[in-house]
Amino acid sequence: MTTINIMLPKEITDRNQLPMHERIGYGMVALAALILLLGAFGGPLAAHPAIYCFLTIGLATIGGLTVILPRFTQLPGIKNNGVMTSGLTRRGLLAWMLGIAFTAFFIVLYWYPELLGQMVASVDPISWTIRGRAADRWFLYGTLYTVSVLIMGIRMLAKYRHSPYHLVRTVSVMTSQLVLAFVIPAILVRLDSHEFYFHYFWPLKPEYLFPSSLHELFSSDDKLIVFMGFWTVMMSFIAVPTLTYFFGKRWYCSWVCGCGALSETLGDPFRQNSDKSLKAWKAERWIVHGVLVFIVLTTALIWLNSFLGGELLGQWSASWSKAYGFYIGSLFSGVVGVGFYPIMGSRVWCRFGCPQAAILGLLQKWFSRFRITTNGGQCISCGNCSTYCEMGIDVRAYAQRGEDIKRASCVGCGVCATVCPRGVLKLENQ
Amino acid sequence: MHIVIIGNGVAGVTAARTIRKRSDAQITIVSAESTHFFSRPALMYIYMGHMEYQHTKPYEDWFWKKNRIDLVQARVDIIDATAQSISLNNGTTLSYDALVLATGSRTSFYDWPGQNLRGVHGFTTLQDLAAIETSSVGARKAVVVGGGLIGVEAAEMLHSRGIEVTMLVRESAYWTNVFPPEESAIIGGHLVQHGIDVRYNTQLKSIEGMECVRGVTLSTGETISCNIVMICTGVKPAIDLAQQHGITTHRGIHVNEYFETSSPNIYAIGDCAEQNGIVELLWYTARAHGAHVGAVICGDRRPYVRDVFYNSAKFFDIEYQTYGTVPADLKGLESFVWQHPRKDQFLRIVHSDGMVRGFNALGLRLRADVCMQWIRDTANVDVVLRNLKQANFNEEFLAWEVAV
Repeated sequence: MTTINIMLPKEITDRNQLPMHERIGYGMVALAALILLLGAFGGPLAAHPAIYCFLTIGLATIGGLTVILPRFTQLPGIKNNGVMTSGLTRRGLLAWMLGIAFTAFFIVLYWYPELLGQMVASVDPISWTIRGRAADRWFLYGTLYTVSVLIMGIRMLAKYRHSPYHLVRTVSVMTSQLVLAFVIPAILVRLDSHEFYFHYFWPLKPEYLFPSSLHELFSSDDKLIVFMGFWTVMMSFIAVPTLTYFFGKRWYCSWVCGCGALSETLGDPFRQNSDKSLKAWKAERWIVHGVLVFIVLTTALIWLNSFLGGELLGQWSASWSKAYGFYIGSLFSGVVGVGFYPIMGSRVWCRFGCPQAAILGLLQKWFSRFRITTNGGQCISCGNCSTYCEMGIDVRAYAQRGEDIKRASCVGCGVCATVCPRGVLKLENQ
Repeated sequence: MHIVIIGNGVAGVTAARTIRKRSDAQITIVSAESTHFFSRPALMYIYMGHMEYQHTKPYEDWFWKKNRIDLVQARVDIIDATAQSISLNNGTTLSYDALVLATGSRTSFYDWPGQNLRGVHGFTTLQDLAAIETSSVGARKAVVVGGGLIGVEAAEMLHSRGIEVTMLVRESAYWTNVFPPEESAIIGGHLVQHGIDVRYNTQLKSIEGMECVRGVTLSTGETISCNIVMICTGVKPAIDLAQQHGITTHRGIHVNEYFETSSPNIYAIGDCAEQNGIVELLWYTARAHGAHVGAVICGDRRPYVRDVFYNSAKFFDIEYQTYGTVPADLKGLESFVWQHPRKDQFLRIVHSDGMVRGFNALGLRLRADVCMQWIRDTANVDVVLRNLKQANFNEEFLAWEVAV
């Protein structure tokens, strides 16, 4: 008789045995994902959007909360037991499976939308309710994104409820995602106004400062749309440097930004997988500043072209900005940025690719009151701070020398200070 | 010039780094425990799965080559002080111009019957950690002997794996040889909250079992069955090597204020050193010794003067910081005490003759520089209380509720 040995992922073997309610909850989330996929083949689900919506978004929410809510009854404190021995959080089989699933989703979403089939029907009821029209794939994406931020945000609130800083910051990113990234744009669509994201500016949304879009906003008869024009110019040139001067880049990256919102919630279980080596830091500086140069050149070219009435570059400027959209906007921020969460940590895009983060980082390093201060000689070099830095900063290297940490990439999430067992680190706006 | 350092803990490594910053001498660090320096206080986090071994290395592996610090993993068998050389168990001999002994400390075993059984562990080395890891497979119950800092770490570690923990404390409350009663009560209560079965006024009498641990017998006569026994009754300086080769030792290796031992060109620092009759088994002290001896070896011959005392720890979820003098017995001293009505937050400021002497903080973070400067200046306690906000090192939004 032959026996077949099945290697179970570590999560379901002895050491990280999950409590029953968590198994049920995770099961519900997995089932919701499967049901969502079924919609790709059309069939009865797509014909009954209300049921489809409940069995996907609804079931995933209930499942997520089944796992998370009981955690509010645990004793408060650092909850990193078993992070390094679980395959899900330490690049095991489950992590790779999840990473491949995320990546596949982005590839389909951006380049093979026809494969989504009737999946968008799952969010039709929500779309009709707030937007007054049927859903499209971007609304599906936005809804899944927002639901992830909210559910995993509640998880953050449970995990760090002993820390007022994390409570305030997490509520801030959750609110920002829900209101600025989801509800307001939906209402703008409903009003047949201009779909606008008040929390994104140039260069994260490079087109917001392109001559064509500014012209469109400022030439509108609608005062709200003209206001959007003022808003985008004001935010890019005045608010970004001013707020960064006072608070560092954290006011944006870990409090407001949508990419940051997903990193700080859905990405939190994977933060320890960021590369802390000096090599990675060198690569990071070349790549992220390279992207910044690329987008600055793109914007400059397009303006130049616009001044010269399109004579200088002709079609060339259009294809240049299209290339940016493909390589940076889709491939980098989506596929690599979120798809690789479980393998490379939660801030791949923010660290290596985001031009907004690059600008904020330069301001933070050279023109800001923000820094992380260290507490005399109390550091024991344990490494918790570096390990849990999602940006891959070797925080310990500074802490053990008693030096302030003033790094361009630091998003001010504050986790280093929270996991420090000796109270050595403090975020300050000196 | 060749400087050989025995021991790659924080003392030895700090000495090596200091020497490298100040001179071009050849530096070799010998350790039997590991090739690379790791943070010893972080061992518990490896067991709990917060970190992997590689995360506990404060420097990346390329650091040592770049800074021309040679690392040798071997045990030192012989110190020949006359020939100025050491022999290693891998057959090599290293000659030195200066030798630094930074051999640290080892768990004190007090000859309990059964202390050599499998499942009985000290907790100071990487090898201890590996052994505890092996014993933990399938273990349900552990007894932690001793309620000091390592005892609490051991309890937290084992508890994190779902192993039931009973903790034996010789005294009538938690860590009474260091803590005044209020602090003892807070930590004692916190341990209970976490489900640790703490037995006060109880000592270990013997450990039972044939080959592996089956249980322990307590001084009260009670027996407890368990799979793991953690010996956390303190550590003692590792002085065997020095002792065997004619270097004067007592509790630790005798050194003067320049960390020079009785043998020329041999220094001793950290846990293994005894200076003015004092052995300070403290990570921070070891680091300070390392920095000082490095300077001395490089010709900056100044006597070592101990700075204001400080220490820190974490008892499950309660952080602890202390500065200056806060004895367990506060006789002759006054103290200002504040405690949060609900949360585990506590502050004690010890003063005498109106001058501040020391701080104990639980669940609060104090700013080290400010507190230590106040103590150095013997600042007036009223001034300290009025300016207490300057010593706030808590995270933002955490209300500084200390009512003065």
